Amino acid sequence: MIFKTTPSQTVGPYFAIGLPWDAGPQAVAEGTPGTITISGTVYDGHGEPIPDHLIETWQADPTGRFADMHGYGGASEMAGFRGFARYGVEDGDGNYEILTVKPGPVPGLGGTTQAPHVDLTLLARGMLNRVVTRIYFADEPELNAADPVLATIPAERRGTLLADRVEGGYRFDIRLQGDGETVFFAV
Amino acid sequence: MTEQAIEPRAIYGALSDTPTSYVREDEDAHPPLDYPPYKSTALRHPKQPLIYLPQTITEVTGPQLGEWWRLGEHDHDLTRQHEGEPIGQRITVAGHVYDTEGKPIRGTLVEIWQANAAGRYMHRWDRWPAPLDPNFSGAGRCVTDDEGRYQFTTIKPGPYPWGNHYNAWRPAHIHFSLLGRAFAQRLVTQMYFPGDPFFPYDPIFNSVRDSDARERMISSFSIHDTVPDWAAAYRFDIYLRGPGATPFEEAH
Repeated sequence: MIFKTTPSQTVGPYFAIGLPWDAGPQAVAEGTPGTITISGTVYDGHGEPIPDHLIETWQADPTGRFADMHGYGGASEMAGFRGFARYGVEDGDGNYEILTVKPGPVPGLGGTTQAPHVDLTLLARGMLNRVVTRIYFADEPELNAADPVLATIPAERRGTLLADRVEGGYRFDIRLQGDGETVFFAV
Repeated sequence: MTEQAIEPRAIYGALSDTPTSYVREDEDAHPPLDYPPYKSTALRHPKQPLIYLPQTITEVTGPQLGEWWRLGEHDHDLTRQHEGEPIGQRITVAGHVYDTEGKPIRGTLVEIWQANAAGRYMHRWDRWPAPLDPNFSGAGRCVTDDEGRYQFTTIKPGPYPWGNHYNAWRPAHIHFSLLGRAFAQRLVTQMYFPGDPFFPYDPIFNSVRDSDARERMISSFSIHDTVPDWAAAYRFDIYLRGPGATPFEEAH
């Protein structure tokens, strides 16, 4: 490493003038078969919904391929699949909702297989850096049991990373602090 | 997986020029999430330690929004997004996006947002009694070129008061959002202007404890980039995490 990184600063209260856009919450093209929603609420340390936050998600397609140019594992061939969603809440009830498809399993390190998951970045006023978590799916018990990342998390906290099946998709709440605090990662 | 010495070319993937793993940063490279002088951090930081996430294919790939966005003609010129010109000092803000090896990051989306010359945002939550400028929305975006360069034309934002503590003021700044080329490179930061008298009093700026690191958030005035009879110029180079020592393994 020759240079050092530019430090992070908070996204602040006014990101909505620059970052969200209409199709931002859609990781897939409209009308894609198998589209689901992933929705939830972000809570602060008092259990109050955070009314101003920005969520970004990044994931593989149902075949386990990514929509980027690296080509690792072969690029996604799914029409209109972006794999990235951004949802900005600026004066809401703390809720977010993205439109996507359920990802497939993807390779892990050392020849392992990772259970279907979505990487998530959360930014807000009052946060000097992003926090990162992963959404796993509660209805994949076998794959989750074999997931090398979930295996590193204390059993009593694993549940904070599981999205529950609801009508039309999944629900994944995020608790920044306190009882049931979501597991956050150092990437 | 063990750390090991590798050939330089192995730092960047065989299939492309992008890294296969990213350097793990020191704890003080970024501000702490729990920083009492910035009061809103109190209820918005995790109390549990972060858990080490191995960099797998999900973390070393990333969205290429530059390719998805159809940029508008004036997205990079915040002075030409309305019928009239905004009030204020016209400036250019330009620089490179590099990784920590000094390699340009090309084709990545750079997004900015800022207050107007009076220090007010075009946002319904910003109610302090400074004038709005109907000719200034304060948001811009562009995509870096093959040398990792970006450039915006805008007006110099003003400082403004905020409610953190008695007589709190933010130094003038422009918000920057960088996607890089991998989920691991994501960065949101703020660009400041040299010599701002508000620096010593701002907990957000000073949340970065290392003074050298704070300097990396301050742009520099550039007489060379200044356009005669038209615009002053500031340079701001941004460094995102570069390749780490341990490449992630290709799937077999």
